[in-house]
Amino acid sequence: MWRIIHQFGSPPWVYRFCDKVIPWLMPITIGALLVGSVWGLLFAPTDYKQGDSYRIIYIHVPAAVVALAGYYVMALAGLVSLVWRVKLADTAMRAAAPIGAAYTAIALITGAIWGKPTWGAWWVWDARITSMLILFFLYVGVIALFEAYENKTVAARACAILSLVGTVNIPIIYKSVDWWYSLHQPASIKFTGSSAIDASMLYPLLGMIITFYALFALLMMLNLKQSLTEEYAQSAWLNKRLAA
Amino acid sequence: MTEARDIDILHYCRSQTARHLMLMVRSPSEVVNPLLFFLLVILLFPLGLGPDPEQLSVLAPGILWVVALLSNLMICMRLFVDDLEDGSLEQLAMARVPLSVAVLPQLLASWLASGLLLSLVSPIFGLMLGLPLDVAPVLVASLLMGTAIMLLLGAVGAALTVGVQRGGILLALLILPLYVPILIAGTRALNEALQGGDPTVALALLGAGVTGGLLLAPLAIAAGVRVSLEL
Repeated sequence: MWRIIHQFGSPPWVYRFCDKVIPWLMPITIGALLVGSVWGLLFAPTDYKQGDSYRIIYIHVPAAVVALAGYYVMALAGLVSLVWRVKLADTAMRAAAPIGAAYTAIALITGAIWGKPTWGAWWVWDARITSMLILFFLYVGVIALFEAYENKTVAARACAILSLVGTVNIPIIYKSVDWWYSLHQPASIKFTGSSAIDASMLYPLLGMIITFYALFALLMMLNLKQSLTEEYAQSAWLNKRLAA
Repeated sequence: MTEARDIDILHYCRSQTARHLMLMVRSPSEVVNPLLFFLLVILLFPLGLGPDPEQLSVLAPGILWVVALLSNLMICMRLFVDDLEDGSLEQLAMARVPLSVAVLPQLLASWLASGLLLSLVSPIFGLMLGLPLDVAPVLVASLLMGTAIMLLLGAVGAALTVGVQRGGILLALLILPLYVPILIAGTRALNEALQGGDPTVALALLGAGVTGGLLLAPLAIAAGVRVSLEL
């Protein structure tokens, strides 16, 4: 058990791990994305109220779910880097931030596109949309803070603190914005009790959510590998690996 | 070498608060400028929106709070800058008083000179925007607590950005999203009071924010200062 944890702190081991996992994770993710999209966009039944426009749910909801989870991945990496000073955690945190920001942007854009036919407006000041926008700014803040520092080790520590402060605040922001105003429908998927969404629509949605998680992991590994290549360009282990 | 002895933290805090207040008295522009900024921006709203008192009084809670938030941001931008330049921030980090406690006197002094002052004069600005005088207690109470939380949160951002070139805009980007709950609770309290509702829920939430902020923010501020000093 401890060995595995120690291994995750070692750049050469993680580099090898990424090299091993990416070749099979990439085709699976791309395949699942294709299958999920086709299932959701063509084969899932049409909604009786919203018609076909609801189908954007298969992009919108997974992106939103993973965008939020991505922040916690980033904050967790920040915590590990602050407490145990694991340098690799810095790199992981930096790798997670732009991906999370992109997911948040996708959720916002698809939300706007979905809002036009259903609510009649591209943008409404609704609680969840607003908190997603705030989440986007939290991500951008972390990226901007990282860019502002010359010394990247210091930058990573600053970002770790910021993302932890953000983590404490996210639930508060969500609750407060919810309290402020809500037009968005409440969550349709519940793990306990019955969902408000039919199984024929639910399964492709769950599939897409898992696929988006896999995509996040894949992008993160690619990002990690690239950062490691930059960081350890002078190291013997990397040159040996690249030569092989 | 002097023998190690316990430091009287209360004594330390008193003398440091006095020092920071003295610094502010010596350069009054730092105290007065945020207030003038507050007044000026409030003046801009009627010019932009038109002088209709009915409409202004509807918008007044939002205007007052957004402007309070901006003037607070100005104060946060200056928070640790001087202390970093003259080296006293480094001394503070080296001192035997825990850094998370050591930064509190400065925050207290800043709040006395900004948040407290702004809250006390805010009913005048409220009157200018057509707010009835009987919501003044709610306005003052909500701003008293709101400015305290904003200063605590802003200090975290200030500690993280003080060592950065052109940190001011960056500070705004980092901190403004975190101010959202305060803005919502503050305007909610005022709107409830205006419509004859009960503002205590929103005020209680602000109070909870102050308590939580006082517990957690000093830790983050201390960590941020250490990062900025590259200790």
